[in-house]
Amino acid sequence: MSATTTTTTATPAMTSGERLRLTVSDWRTLTKRNLLTYIRKPDLLVFSTIQPVMFVLLFVYVWGGAMQRSLPSTISYVDFLMPGIFVQTAIFGALQTGVGLADDLQKGLIDRFRSLPMARSAVLAGRTASDTFVIVFQVILMTVVAYLVGYRLHDGLARALLGFVGAVSVGYAFTWLAAFAGLSLKTVEAVQAATFTLVFPFVFASSAFVPDTQFPGWLRAWSHVNPVSIWSETIRVLTLGDRFTHAPAALVGHVPSLEVLLLESSAWFFGFLLVFVPLGVRVYRKT
Amino acid sequence: MDAPAILVEGLKKWYGEVKAVDGVDLQVQPQIVFGLLGPNGAGKTTIVRILTTLLHPDAGRAMVAGYDVVREAEPLRHVIGLAGQSAAVDENLTGLENLEMVGRLYHLPAAEARSRAENVLERFELTDAAHRTAKTYSGGMRRRLDLGASLVGRPRILFLDEPTTGLDPRSRLEMWDIIRELVHDGTTLMLTTQYLEEADRLCDQIAVIDNGHVIAEGTADELKLRIGGEVLAIRVTDRSMVGAAAGAVFGLGPGGGNVDNTTCEITVPVGSDGPGILTEAVRRLDAEKIRLADIGLRRPSLDDVFLVLTGHTADRSVDDGEGDQTSGKRRRGRKDR
Repeated sequence: MSATTTTTTATPAMTSGERLRLTVSDWRTLTKRNLLTYIRKPDLLVFSTIQPVMFVLLFVYVWGGAMQRSLPSTISYVDFLMPGIFVQTAIFGALQTGVGLADDLQKGLIDRFRSLPMARSAVLAGRTASDTFVIVFQVILMTVVAYLVGYRLHDGLARALLGFVGAVSVGYAFTWLAAFAGLSLKTVEAVQAATFTLVFPFVFASSAFVPDTQFPGWLRAWSHVNPVSIWSETIRVLTLGDRFTHAPAALVGHVPSLEVLLLESSAWFFGFLLVFVPLGVRVYRKT
Repeated sequence: MDAPAILVEGLKKWYGEVKAVDGVDLQVQPQIVFGLLGPNGAGKTTIVRILTTLLHPDAGRAMVAGYDVVREAEPLRHVIGLAGQSAAVDENLTGLENLEMVGRLYHLPAAEARSRAENVLERFELTDAAHRTAKTYSGGMRRRLDLGASLVGRPRILFLDEPTTGLDPRSRLEMWDIIRELVHDGTTLMLTTQYLEEADRLCDQIAVIDNGHVIAEGTADELKLRIGGEVLAIRVTDRSMVGAAAGAVFGLGPGGGNVDNTTCEITVPVGSDGPGILTEAVRRLDAEKIRLADIGLRRPSLDDVFLVLTGHTADRSVDDGEGDQTSGKRRRGRKDR
């Protein structure tokens, strides 16, 4: 059929610079759209923020007294707890990515996006970015709440900021896991149930809320390699300093050096992205 | 002859055992409305999804606006628009924000995206609702916004997947007006529908799809000639008389008829001599002393088209708006050709 071989001049060849500019523009458009959604649905934001606040109050006031006895006197329980809470908040916040994408899928929006001449990466990049902004907001809010119940930084602001960046980066890594789950499972309900179940052993079978020294052996073995433990300990070192690193190992376990912790944290972070970014993009293309 | 706007050759898409699209050939001339007519599960949506680059075919090829839908998907997306079955708008954004977002994703400058969005809103009488979130829109308004979103990029070829399914009669008429206007502007349109009437009113060319095959193609008039003008529909009061009634009237039309035992309805395509055949039918049934609940002439429905073209009716029991492949699955086993 010679009639079909018409010229293809509609899109002039783009330089890679131009292409990058358009890709970034698409990311921004989608990020802006998602953030607008959060502003329009403040109830979602309010409740997803109230929940971690309740966790803080529960742990500090209900269990705090008992917990304090298994900690060295130099470390108050709220100071020990908050790094774990930051990681938990970031992870639970990240799960929203899966819900948002499944929702877009069910409503047919993903079909629309895929039929537009936009960057293939934009839907996922925009969603993970906007949810990470929300995580930043939540971590800041948690810090304020924690400050009110006695939380203090003991190793300088610069290191603490590095710790907060670490917590947010954990959230970012988990947004990609959630993105993959969201596009694979396709319905909001399934995604909610599956992702929560999936992250549960990460978040709770860890040293995020209590020292893992009292765990049974098999659980302690898991906790030691569990990224949530590693991330929590990293932030602990960055916010408690000597108080944590010099604490008796019998109480808080053996604390690796900051260098080792940062290395392990980063390895987990990049490992997550290395696995879940390609998986997410793959399902998106095939959806 | 102009290059065809859409050219499809030997297109196939299988989902395991289910052959959603099983060797479809189509040729669509520019600047017409082309209708894909068929029941749920026929493969219409799958065809549209392949032509709009959402789905890769398993075999065959498809060219849209001169672009190969697989190898040249990226440039193709600049010249097509798609409005799918569900009104794909973000309900937390306002009408204006929805359209602006789509404009930005076509890489229009911000000012241009905004002015096009405003034009579209005005054209579809949504200006008053421009600053309300789409959540507050009625079903018809959402569909108009969705259609508007597919027009922001000024596509040369527009795909509408069941544009009126689920709309109330008034919104449906509005949608028909809008679609007619689009063709005046020089757009080529491919739409899918389950409604013969809709295809009749809107489409210059129709392909009837069943079980992943094109079973008939032509203008609405050509198809209706094959169906035979009007249909005589009879319902008897006594189930035991259905057979006798069918025997009395089947010979009246040019070719047989259909009996539905559950509703006690008998339908006979009657060609152009409806009133004459209706009179004769009443006479014969009266002579047989068959009591009637209802008798009359009506326009052929999709069921009648399918009856004539395939020997089976279009199955409405799977009318759930799900994807074609799932309902296709359920339709198997019911085949009686």
